[in-house]
Amino acid sequence: MKRFIGFLKKEFYHIFRDKRSMLILFGMPIVQLLLFGFVITNDLKDVKMAVVDHSKDEYTSEIINKITSSGYFKLVKNLDGIAQVDELFRKGETKLVLVFEPDFGQNLIKGSKASVQILTDASEPNMASLEVNYLQGILQNYNLEINRGKIVPSQITPQTRMYFNPNMESVYMFVPGIMATILMLVSAMMTSISIAREKEMGTMEILLVSPLRPLQIILGKVTPYLFLSFINALVIVGMGYFVFGVPVLGSFALLMAESLLFILMALSLGIFISTVSDSQQVAMMLSMFALMLPTILLSGFIFPLRNMPVPLQIISHIIPPRWFIVIIKNIMLKGAGFEFVWKETLILIGMTAGFIGLSVKKFKIRLE
Amino acid sequence: MNSTISINNLSKSYGDVSALKEINLNIKSGELFGLIGPDGAGKTTLFRLLATLLLPDSGSAALCGFDMVKKYRHIRNILGYMPGKFSLYQDLTVLENLNFFATVFNTRIEDNMDMIRDIWVQIEPFKDRPAGKLSGGMKQKLALCCALIHQPKILLLDEPTTGVDAVSRSEFWQMLKGLKTKGITIVVATPYMDEANLCGRVALMQSGEILSLDSPSGIIASFEKDLYSFEAKDTYQLLLNLRAYPFVNSVFLFGQSVHYTDVRDVVVLSDLKDYLKSKGQDHVEIKQIAAGIEDCFMALSQQNTVQK
Repeated sequence: MKRFIGFLKKEFYHIFRDKRSMLILFGMPIVQLLLFGFVITNDLKDVKMAVVDHSKDEYTSEIINKITSSGYFKLVKNLDGIAQVDELFRKGETKLVLVFEPDFGQNLIKGSKASVQILTDASEPNMASLEVNYLQGILQNYNLEINRGKIVPSQITPQTRMYFNPNMESVYMFVPGIMATILMLVSAMMTSISIAREKEMGTMEILLVSPLRPLQIILGKVTPYLFLSFINALVIVGMGYFVFGVPVLGSFALLMAESLLFILMALSLGIFISTVSDSQQVAMMLSMFALMLPTILLSGFIFPLRNMPVPLQIISHIIPPRWFIVIIKNIMLKGAGFEFVWKETLILIGMTAGFIGLSVKKFKIRLE
Repeated sequence: MNSTISINNLSKSYGDVSALKEINLNIKSGELFGLIGPDGAGKTTLFRLLATLLLPDSGSAALCGFDMVKKYRHIRNILGYMPGKFSLYQDLTVLENLNFFATVFNTRIEDNMDMIRDIWVQIEPFKDRPAGKLSGGMKQKLALCCALIHQPKILLLDEPTTGVDAVSRSEFWQMLKGLKTKGITIVVATPYMDEANLCGRVALMQSGEILSLDSPSGIIASFEKDLYSFEAKDTYQLLLNLRAYPFVNSVFLFGQSVHYTDVRDVVVLSDLKDYLKSKGQDHVEIKQIAAGIEDCFMALSQQNTVQK
């Protein structure tokens, strides 16, 4: 036990004296979370819009009012005709043009049918379809409003409600994703680098010649990072809650227990990486390329898995963060209990056991 | 306990390169033993095998009676090992390093002060300095302290004085002599021939083989030929001329002088002088000298190559 504490002390000295690892440990999570939370956002706000109003009556002005007061769109220009639209899009002065037909109001009242055209700059396809959706929603609301009290023959009125994320905030999606990415990177990369450093500096030679057993060395290496990564998990959930208002609807204890399990998995993966790499550089490359990209791309963090080609979907099954993201989304956003995540938990436990087994088997008690 | 090392037919190769060829060696308890040889002689491989870091291809070795392969755990408790490359934690201070190695071996610095006091007093003034910022000599002293902290029975030092200044080198050897009185078996590898004289017994190694195994004086005594030292203005030309001499046995450059042996039992120096004069070298100083370890090594290594 004294040996173990001595080893831990040494590891903490290494971590706290190395500015680079401190930065990766504590700077990266906060910066990434702030970046993803604030910068990369799919929410609409003040989209520049222009209007071609061929009718100019009370109905059109009321509709325009409704649109601009929603906060999603901002009217930047009134155009005379549709001919200017092309140039305007090219200049990027507007993203969206609303065209009212001549005699819009009259058609609406008398003919009970009026047309409006939506033109949009689809060079950013996701945003364009989002804008069109929002605009259609506003028009539909207006439609309902003017038809109130009237009898409309057979009409379906959909009532939508967004469960688990009523305002469609993208930060709800990012917090679980970032948590998975950061824990994966910090735990796996830092442990693999720190073991590889011992090999590179030759100190592993001395540790091997000492009476320390492989398990003692591995545990001594892993424990500090288990502790620090757990703090990271707390920081990320805390920042999500207090800065971005991402709720934790389910059991907090369960969330933390699952995080611990995931950290353990990442740590054992890190040890495994270190057993196959002899220098810090190799360890870093392996963790970066083998872990970072799949974690971001194939875990369902940003891109939905069901839209991927089947081979990639199959590969995604062996990517641990995929399961962890499902677990934390369920717990945080849906308030689900253990009965809903036990399958994913079991998969993570299996992966952890697998990596630990592999590492212990591959950990060399000699130099070759 | 009997801190002996016995090595039987030990061989080790890396791929096609055989680093050790059937080494046989017995080192007695409490001996200060030197492994002398140039880079690539197989010294480090032998140490790593003895330190249980490598497995032999064939043959066996036992330290304190424990088999190197089967009882490696026992050996790791009684062995002090100092690798050739400085292998302490550079970001930890001197004291932290020493403390760490003490806890690894389940002991405390205070309990072992007797063992390391002579060395510790020299590095104590720097105890709060990171090990990476020590001078070369200090680093080696610290490494020695760390290797001794658990009172090992056998101490393996792989080139402890390489890259260390002359003063620190002689200090280091003083420390080893001090340790010898404590009854530790010490094996030192070094490429410096002059350090051989400081050992009780030495093994001269080359290309994975032991050329000679004896006390330094024994090795020197085995040098049978008369050895002459030549000095001239143009040392290089002198070397070339002597090499071309019909009765030459060996000729090697030694700093400013050239060491020469002849195939004949009786050497007529005036003949040699005349020969050199005919080659245009008039002022050549010749004297007969006693052979050193390096001369012996050169002679043995030449013999060894010729035999092949």
